[in-house]
Amino acid sequence: MTAATGQPAEALTTTAASLLRFATAGSVDDGKSTLAGRLLHDSRSVLSDQLAAVEHASRARGLSVPDLALLTDGLRAEREQGITIDVAYRYFATPRRRFVLADTPGHVQYTRNMVTGASTAELMVILTDVRHGVVEQTRRHTAVAALLRVPHLLLAVNKLDLVDFRAAPFTAVVDEFTALARSLGVPEVTAIPISARDGDNVVTASTRMDWYGGPTLLDHLETVPAAGEPDDTPARFPVQYVIRPGATGQRGYAGRITAGTLRVGDRVTVLPAGLTSTVTAIDALGTPVDSARAPQSVSLRLADDLDVARGDLIAPVDAAPRPTRTVEATVCHLHDRPLREGARVLVKHATRTVPALVTAIPVRLDPDGLRPTPAHGSLSVNDLGRVTLRTAEPLPLDPYARSRRNGSFLLIDPADGSTLTAGMVGQAPGTAGESHEANGQSR
Amino acid sequence: MNHLTEIESEAVHIIREAVGEAERPVLLFSGGKDSVVMLHLARKAFAPAPLPFPLLHVDTGHNFPEVLAYRDRVVAAYGLRLHVALVQESIDRGELTERPDGSRNPLQTHCLRRAVELHRFDAVFGGARRDEEKARAKERVFSLRDEFGGWDPRRQRPELWQLYNGRHGPGEHFRVFPLSNWTELDVWQYVEREHIELPGIYFAHDREVFRRDGMWLTAGDWGGPRADEHAEKRTVRYRTVGDMACTGAVESSAMTVRAVITEIAASRLTERGATRADDRLSDTAMEDRKREGYF
Repeated sequence: MTAATGQPAEALTTTAASLLRFATAGSVDDGKSTLAGRLLHDSRSVLSDQLAAVEHASRARGLSVPDLALLTDGLRAEREQGITIDVAYRYFATPRRRFVLADTPGHVQYTRNMVTGASTAELMVILTDVRHGVVEQTRRHTAVAALLRVPHLLLAVNKLDLVDFRAAPFTAVVDEFTALARSLGVPEVTAIPISARDGDNVVTASTRMDWYGGPTLLDHLETVPAAGEPDDTPARFPVQYVIRPGATGQRGYAGRITAGTLRVGDRVTVLPAGLTSTVTAIDALGTPVDSARAPQSVSLRLADDLDVARGDLIAPVDAAPRPTRTVEATVCHLHDRPLREGARVLVKHATRTVPALVTAIPVRLDPDGLRPTPAHGSLSVNDLGRVTLRTAEPLPLDPYARSRRNGSFLLIDPADGSTLTAGMVGQAPGTAGESHEANGQSR
Repeated sequence: MNHLTEIESEAVHIIREAVGEAERPVLLFSGGKDSVVMLHLARKAFAPAPLPFPLLHVDTGHNFPEVLAYRDRVVAAYGLRLHVALVQESIDRGELTERPDGSRNPLQTHCLRRAVELHRFDAVFGGARRDEEKARAKERVFSLRDEFGGWDPRRQRPELWQLYNGRHGPGEHFRVFPLSNWTELDVWQYVEREHIELPGIYFAHDREVFRRDGMWLTAGDWGGPRADEHAEKRTVRYRTVGDMACTGAVESSAMTVRAVITEIAASRLTERGATRADDRLSDTAMEDRKREGYF
């Protein structure tokens, strides 16, 4: 049926493949479930007992064709109400790559779910119906992708079968979408005309669109560079745990490199205290190495006997972030209780959690175009906005535009531990006055 | 970066985060392949220091003897601390009663909750993966459980970036799933790459089995075969390891890790679909068990 099913099973057993995390966005009517189902099915990731279960559940609901959304809508409430409540993660592989697909629901709590799915995605597929072009949902999905700075955006223009596979309707949607993406500061968009129902340009190239010479959707997923940040990004290493191997052994600082590359011999500073030392050894989970890069988990040894603890950040001396107690950020509020000016919260940044005060909530951002409107000092669930925080201790933050990992944080309710708000240091993309130095003054 | 190296780094990061945030972590260890891989990752995460937390095994009393022997061998070889919670003791104390079908799998939940309370564990590592089962596809990496061990899928905290919120109230605890993003194939490829030893029942061997509900079950004094069932010798292996009464074997000639990998890549059934009677009870059997505090 497809190229992927034609591969021998042995091709999937090689371990040389890289990993791509991507998210899909679009309403049910755009054919999102059909597309996800086709990718999973054509890559042999839906097995016969799962398919039998979906067919059984579909028949029980009176559907004539299997509803592939039931593959991921596993919760009782989802099955009973016929809606997707939560982000579902699906796994599939081709001989060229492993994929983690975050399937984000289009309706209930859509901003919260999309922000969650987009936060770890290296690519987002935005689906549109070629007959309807850019609609309100498309604007919202694209705004979230821009806000979360998903490195690659893929516009899948679906249902070309309903416009006789003509180029003109496709081109019109692409032009409209490109203008939208540009206004949101998205640097690069790939657009592919597909028919998810028939499979045109999903896994196999369409024979009915001679005018289109680009890759299929799966081709693009298999070949797009996974890394979102340039190689010259300065290294960031939040210390997770101090390893003390007995009385005589030297301490190791365990953590995951969140940006850039660390090398033996690098002059580094330990923030927020600002002490300096030199990396003398890097252990990559049992293998001594000369250098390691994001997103590897390693442990480091330093030349000097410093007071280093969980929560500290190790960074190159000549490219270290400046610790600050004033944080200006763009946020998505996630909790049913509103966030208000004057609230006392905890900020979790990398491995450090510190108390903070919400000093200002000046602006709400409209979900369609990220245009600022007055927030009147509070944000409700699923609201996007800007906040200013004053933290009890300085945090070594980068602007989110420069580092998705070292520029992001959570706000937590100190009373019951709830996750309240997702934060990104600096201003939203595409807005006036965007600046890499938006994280304000030092202490 | 190779995908195995990436998911290994992710799992180690999660393990270190949980240990950094929790006061009394514990690792659920059954001797099954996922828990064996978890132990391997946890030892790597803190090497050369010893593992900074104990293991907990909920023993149904119907476990495979080969797997228990493997468990004890591993604990001795690495000098680990092991707590064992026995389902039989809870039955003897009158806290639990045997089910008519002989399966003690659902009874484990009670013993697990009791052990968590008794030792005041606040982070419980499990080897569950999202690809195993549809209710698990929506599970968090740090999954908050209330003071009764229960799981409420609608009250889950959103998880963004690599930021795991480990704050919890008194009596609450976290189940932590570092293998969330692994598949069955990933686990086996990692076993191959790291030369990890597994219990022998994962590989093809001759065994006395009988047919029940379309699965090959091991004959034994836990309650099979019944008078109308017929035991026979077959060449089988196990894809999952659990309670003998509900874990089925598959016919297989795969005697090496490589042969198992080839077999899984060609399989048309999921591992739970092929081997777990407990998931066949209803469409949402796993969600219902998880809500009560199951693994």
